[in-house]
Amino acid sequence: MASTKTDRKRNLGAAVTYPLDWLEERSGLVGGIRYFLFRKVPGDTTWWHTLGSATLTAFLVQLVTGVILAMYYKPDPQNAHSSIDHITNDLTLGWLVRGMHRWGASVFIILMFMHMGRVFLFGAYKYPRELNWIVGVLLLATGLFEGLTGYLLPFDQTAYWATVVAVNINGTAPFLGPYLASVLRGGAEIGPDTLARFYSLHMLLIPGALMGLIGLHLYLVVRLGVSSPPWSKEAAELPDPEPPPPSRSGMTQPGPRAAGVRRRPTE
Amino acid sequence: MEERTRDDRPQLPPPSLWPVGFAVGIVCLLVGLVVSWPVAAVGAALALLFGFLWARDVATGGPTLPGPPPDEPLPDGRAVPANVGEAAMPEPAPGERFPRSKFLEGATLGLGGLIGGIVTLPAVGFALLPAFVDQKAHEVDLGPLSDFPENKFVVATFMRDARQGEISRQTAFIRNNGLLEGKPSVTCISNRCAHLGCPVQAGGPLFEEQKKVEKTANGELTLIPALPAAGFICPCHGGSYDQEGNRTAGPPVRGLDRYEFLIRDGRLILGDTYSVAYVEGAGASARIKRYELAGPGQHIDGIEAWLYPLQPPH
Repeated sequence: MASTKTDRKRNLGAAVTYPLDWLEERSGLVGGIRYFLFRKVPGDTTWWHTLGSATLTAFLVQLVTGVILAMYYKPDPQNAHSSIDHITNDLTLGWLVRGMHRWGASVFIILMFMHMGRVFLFGAYKYPRELNWIVGVLLLATGLFEGLTGYLLPFDQTAYWATVVAVNINGTAPFLGPYLASVLRGGAEIGPDTLARFYSLHMLLIPGALMGLIGLHLYLVVRLGVSSPPWSKEAAELPDPEPPPPSRSGMTQPGPRAAGVRRRPTE
Repeated sequence: MEERTRDDRPQLPPPSLWPVGFAVGIVCLLVGLVVSWPVAAVGAALALLFGFLWARDVATGGPTLPGPPPDEPLPDGRAVPANVGEAAMPEPAPGERFPRSKFLEGATLGLGGLIGGIVTLPAVGFALLPAFVDQKAHEVDLGPLSDFPENKFVVATFMRDARQGEISRQTAFIRNNGLLEGKPSVTCISNRCAHLGCPVQAGGPLFEEQKKVEKTANGELTLIPALPAAGFICPCHGGSYDQEGNRTAGPPVRGLDRYEFLIRDGRLILGDTYSVAYVEGAGASARIKRYELAGPGQHIDGIEAWLYPLQPPH
């Protein structure tokens, strides 16, 4: 009796793991996700280390709420503001999703700056993580551009004149500034095309760029590992890292993942 | 020799006709739903039957492919290459590349780049070029010149391009200066601040009760007499101008832009906009230093003007 019971339990377990094994054997996805989620991090990481994940979460919230808002928004000068009015005041839960997107934008920007401050103050931008700092700065600029293009979309007086000022500030950049302003406006003056242009940039081009850069950012985080805080006793006991290897193409030899990063005794 | 594990056998599913029968049954069922119920019933029966047989095969493991003969032991010793004679093609030395391989790499990169360029260039051109083509401003008819009393400002609000609609609405401060050497003289100042493009306001009362609204071919035109005794003031960042549009205070880098104008059949018509460094004198006798239209915040005279050598077409 007991043996049939354990058999049944084993069969049940097999029924759960079989699809996962099937997927793993054909794609390696399960192992990849396990590698990503259960990778080793320093034992003395702090709550400050969670700011990057918080930023990513804020971005995902923007992604989801933005996709839903795009179902109701109408990007032309005659209808833009009334469609925003419709979303906020008529549609069920529209006020909530629009509010999440509107305030979430500020949260995303603020978290980006806080994450950047954490990395700076912890010295986590140093070798071998310089490239990830650079990708992060590109993410910051792209994220701010996302905020600029999104600000026009409600198409009220604030949105319109703030965009006039922002585009004209771009226009004062030396040499190519006037051309940059024309490209942003889609012409010599703000016109019907400007709103659709900003909408397209806001929901297609810039989010695509952000997703690509975030992918690169995370790849480098996983490859190089998380840095210990500067007061870490655990890290202080480790031997000094080897000096940076001489410059090389990196295509045929292992990169700093194997050479320069402090290895933990547990590894 | 260690025992062969399950993984040594081919992992391909065994050949079976049951999935084919199942697919035929599904097709029959779907066609039947459109065509006739009996066909659908036959299809459903087929799908059920073959689906059951297929599932039974999968559940019991089904017939497996014959593995390699299990009892024949592999010989000991090093593996022997399949070809014992002279190699059909010599192994390349480390780093050596065959010309064919080089050619294929070049062809892949070159063709890929070419196709990418053919696809990308028109798209990028379509995204960027319309901003610089056909940007000429339209003429705007502001009605008879007699609507503009001499030496008084009128705030004229008009549509620059009726096809674009309300978004092309602009405002100009118009002052009829009377006759200069027998020809009418009009001051037409743009309300676009020379700092960052906010709308400057008349520094004084607007006489709303004397407001005129006219329907023109170019959309609605409103004329409101004003007394900008303190000149023009920008609400955004406090730029201030006198009645000729000269900067008097605040961040603007130059005076207010002006419209070209002409009188046709006694009507005032606005043309292109141009930029102004400064205006000497006032009214009909003003001497205006005129520059090509530049965006707000861009210097047009002095050493800083070197930063903006070329303007896109306005």
